[in-house]
Amino acid sequence: MIKRIADFIGRTSSTLPDDALNALKAAYRREAKGSSAKMILATIIENAKVAAEAGTPLCQDTGTLTFIVDERLRSKATPAVFAKAVTLATERGCLRRNTIDSISGASIDTNACPGAPVVHYVDNSSGAIRLLMKGGGSENMSAQFSLPDAAIGAGRDLEGVRKAVLTAVQRAQGYGCAPGILGVCIGGDRASGYEEAKMQLFRNLADVNQDARLAKLERRILKDANSLGIGPMGLGGKTTVLAVKIGARPRLPASFFVTVAYLCWAARRGEMKV
Amino acid sequence: MKELCYPFSEKAVRALKAGDAVSVNGKIWTGRDRFHKHFADGGALPVDFRDGALYHCGPVVVGMRVVAAGPTTSVRENPYEPDFIAKTGLRLVIGKGGMDARTLDACRKHGAVYLQAVGGAAALAAKCVKRVTNVYFLKEFGAAEACWEFEMCDFRCVVAMDSHGKSLFEDVRKKSEENWRRMTRP
Repeated sequence: MIKRIADFIGRTSSTLPDDALNALKAAYRREAKGSSAKMILATIIENAKVAAEAGTPLCQDTGTLTFIVDERLRSKATPAVFAKAVTLATERGCLRRNTIDSISGASIDTNACPGAPVVHYVDNSSGAIRLLMKGGGSENMSAQFSLPDAAIGAGRDLEGVRKAVLTAVQRAQGYGCAPGILGVCIGGDRASGYEEAKMQLFRNLADVNQDARLAKLERRILKDANSLGIGPMGLGGKTTVLAVKIGARPRLPASFFVTVAYLCWAARRGEMKV
Repeated sequence: MKELCYPFSEKAVRALKAGDAVSVNGKIWTGRDRFHKHFADGGALPVDFRDGALYHCGPVVVGMRVVAAGPTTSVRENPYEPDFIAKTGLRLVIGKGGMDARTLDACRKHGAVYLQAVGGAAALAAKCVKRVTNVYFLKEFGAAEACWEFEMCDFRCVVAMDSHGKSLFEDVRKKSEENWRRMTRP
């Protein structure tokens, strides 16, 4: 099991999922000839090919590893197994030595310690282990708003949600490696808001939200975000965001959070059936 | 495509304009958060950065082989970079996302430029690293934050901030700010 999970980490680190690659190719076709946006997207697509062929990391920031595990697999895929798999993947060069003790500043060279990687056991009957590798540059651009927010004219309704998400994209510019993918949560408390927003990033980019109201909002925000003109890497263009995925959690009467999990284009996401 | 080779002269750097595509060749050093803080705290630098290039990058290195080496977000070094450029005579800052007005001003004053590498394109960038010739602070800072010395070949970047006060990022930020206002006003 340790070796299988280490292989799975290696594949996820070096391979862009088909839906993300297709979205990037569509963006490349859309951008103007000779523009920096087109050039950057060409480099991104070429990089994906080179990394997949060589089996080396797509991006040097191999990110926070979040595993979502079917809880029926708990006895086989224990936290200790994940720790060993991560250590092995690091030794193989599939992961950067990417974990720092926040108090001492020391590098935890194995990437395995209490709290890393992140492993959630859930009752989803998937028979699978899912993995998201999310880099720090994009994580730094994630944001949470508490509505109403007078500074951005956002009230407690879906229109306010739209304004909050667009504000997050505007503030992110190219810093989080645009074109990005937005996982959004409406409601929840501060912690569950980020959790749900991040869970949205596991969705296939091409899927359609089952809630018609959210599907409509996703389309609208995607269109608006791509009209901002930020473009790939913040150097201008038609492609600022590849997809918007929105979920909701119940909230308290007093709170109305909008949480945006910003994911870079290097959306390293994988699934391993056990 | 303009070819730049280490050591990078002030003349060659001053000739660059925002928007130019360049190919970086020869010696460069990586340095990011810990490295800049070390410098700001008065720590000694391991090499002479005069006419050199500093790459905001935390690579994945196996043994002495680089397998991934894309840029990290540069804004975090905004507080330190103007002073670094002024004191060392650095000519090229390479990263992603751009830097602030103070850094732009330091580029203008001292003859330096900011080059944008494609964020996340780490496998391609790693292919441009021909050799790892040295590493400093590996034990103190860890591999991702260490100061690596690379021999580069045809590392392609775009001049995003030049030594004449022009920043491509600033233009985009202003325009997108107007668009954002239009789309969010009541």
